[in-house]
Amino acid sequence: MKRILTASLFGLSLATSGLAHAEPVKIGVITTLSGGGAGLGIDMRDAFQLAIKQSGNKDIELVVEDDAQKPELAVQIAEKMIQGDKVDLMTGIIWSNLAMAVVPNAVAQDIIYLSPNAGPSALAGANCNANYFNVAYQNDNFHEAMGEYANKDYKNTFILAPNYPAGKDALTGFKRYYKGTLSGEVYTQVGQTDYAAEIAQIRASGADSVYFFLPGGMGIAFMKQYAQSGVGIPVMGPSFSFDQDVLPAVGDAALGVKNSASWSPDLDNEASKAFVESFKAEYDRLPSIYAAQSWDTANLILSALSKASVKDKDAFRAALKAADFKSVRGDFAFNNNQHPIQNIYVREVVKDGDVLTNKIIATAFEKHKDAYAEQCGL
Amino acid sequence: MFTALLIEQLLNGLQLGVMLFLMAAGLTLIFGVMGLINLAHGSLYMVGAFACATIAAATGSFWLGLVASLAAAAGVGALIEVAVIRRLYDRDHLDQVLATFALILILSEGARWLFGSFPLYLDIPRQLQGAVPLPGGGQYQLYRLAIIAVGFLVAIGLYLLISKTRLGMRIRAGESDREMIAALGVDISTLYTVVFALGAALAGLAGALVGALQSVQVGMGEPVLILAFVVIVIGGIGSIKGALVGAVIVGVVDTMGRFLLPSLLALTMPAAQATTIGAALASMLIYVVMALILAFRPSGLFAAET
Repeated sequence: MKRILTASLFGLSLATSGLAHAEPVKIGVITTLSGGGAGLGIDMRDAFQLAIKQSGNKDIELVVEDDAQKPELAVQIAEKMIQGDKVDLMTGIIWSNLAMAVVPNAVAQDIIYLSPNAGPSALAGANCNANYFNVAYQNDNFHEAMGEYANKDYKNTFILAPNYPAGKDALTGFKRYYKGTLSGEVYTQVGQTDYAAEIAQIRASGADSVYFFLPGGMGIAFMKQYAQSGVGIPVMGPSFSFDQDVLPAVGDAALGVKNSASWSPDLDNEASKAFVESFKAEYDRLPSIYAAQSWDTANLILSALSKASVKDKDAFRAALKAADFKSVRGDFAFNNNQHPIQNIYVREVVKDGDVLTNKIIATAFEKHKDAYAEQCGL
Repeated sequence: MFTALLIEQLLNGLQLGVMLFLMAAGLTLIFGVMGLINLAHGSLYMVGAFACATIAAATGSFWLGLVASLAAAAGVGALIEVAVIRRLYDRDHLDQVLATFALILILSEGARWLFGSFPLYLDIPRQLQGAVPLPGGGQYQLYRLAIIAVGFLVAIGLYLLISKTRLGMRIRAGESDREMIAALGVDISTLYTVVFALGAALAGLAGALVGALQSVQVGMGEPVLILAFVVIVIGGIGSIKGALVGAVIVGVVDTMGRFLLPSLLALTMPAAQATTIGAALASMLIYVVMALILAFRPSGLFAAET
């Protein structure tokens, strides 16, 4: 009898401890793991997985899928994750055209989506959503910073970006703060690899500087061709064209280029140093801005999970919005449209030993907010 | 200043065309001789670029890398032909497309497994760095001029090979009647392997040359492959001359469209709109040209008479 009693007590205690412990959480990660944009998605995924691993939280289950940078594929994966895997949260999308295809539909089905990179303007203003959190930036932000910084040295800039939502946001952002004249404005194809025609236009335009937003392989191709073309006027860009994922392939052509970002490997705060160190130890390479943003996304989710159950949507959204986590970017808060209020820095590409990396040289904006927040009804 | 820009853009179009020719020549040769649709041709382009980048990084010499790219692409091509493609000649085109699509996936994932997902570094050789002055006050990148020269040399070489040598005679014979030349005692399976390896080597050469300009990464071959198919459809399937003319048309039309359309549209509408619409129209332009050419010459400009 006594034995039965102990056994049942033991069983009960097991059962209750199971209850007291947080319930399982399923996070769907859709990101680009193949094709020309794979470097960005892999950094995103690796940092996310590392953050979850370090937290020691065993209740989180990740469902990771490759979108191959194709919107139609991303939509299918999202449907499968929502209907089939019954995920609680979604994250991971790098590209704005994919985010536009997936996010509005997912948040309408009451799935909370946290963006680790893409921040299209269409989702930041009147169409903001309580279920949509952008942990990275609004697309315009880095470009606004560079537009502001360019006022210092340049009067006549040639700007170019790919023809997709983030490309248009980029040039809009740059123009919002840039006071000089534009000697040319060109939209290229997404995934374009040859920029000879555009470089010829830059040469003929008489510009005193070039601003370009070409993430991933596009930027590598542009920089290599530009360096060889003999045009020679200074270039600048957002961090996406000069980050850790592309610098080794661009080579010394990138040395000295100024670029803007919310984070840099040399940013002086505890969280950032710990992040860079553990990322290097785990993967034997320096993290990119995509890795940093993804690390923050994971830590934001972890902070909210420690406060509220993911099943109680209202409480969980409030816990996310509090942004009570140690960001690698230092001060971090959400604006009313659930996009970040953060500092944007100007960095310069430098050589640290044999490795090309970035170093912060100025702060373009402190506690910067995006231009669309006012139109958001949240 | 405008003439200089125009000359520069024409050269850019020519360079793009010549690069497409290197891809399309192999593709059209393989289709013409063996009747095989090879979707994996873009992967051979990638193999060439990766081989060049790896050897150039190890030895510090771009030229050794270039040799390696030819050898690696031809080697992989011959291996694929013997292992897979040989079994496909008698199947219909759907089976060929399926099998060669599988090869794309295998080669891409293989490259990712060996080299990782991050782009590799490959720079232009020191002798070809920098730009040269153009008539009219412009400047042009020396390396691109070198690519144009290589492309035309390859075109002349292929012409001589096909019209003047015994191998070329067999290739032409294989194109018109493969049963007959087999009956005449020509070792048809070796001939096929040689033609496939030759086509692969040309793709590898294109990959290595372009890899130094762009980025060497997994999946770099597929966008070029689509353009190469457009080229051989315009030029006439199976015709090397057609591939050259088609490639130059596609290269020049694409480059000029990207450059002229936005400024032409700007005459009739606000500048901001003109740049967006112009960019969108420019990306469709080569397909419009292809449709127009096919409307008047349904089997391409220089279709082989079969």
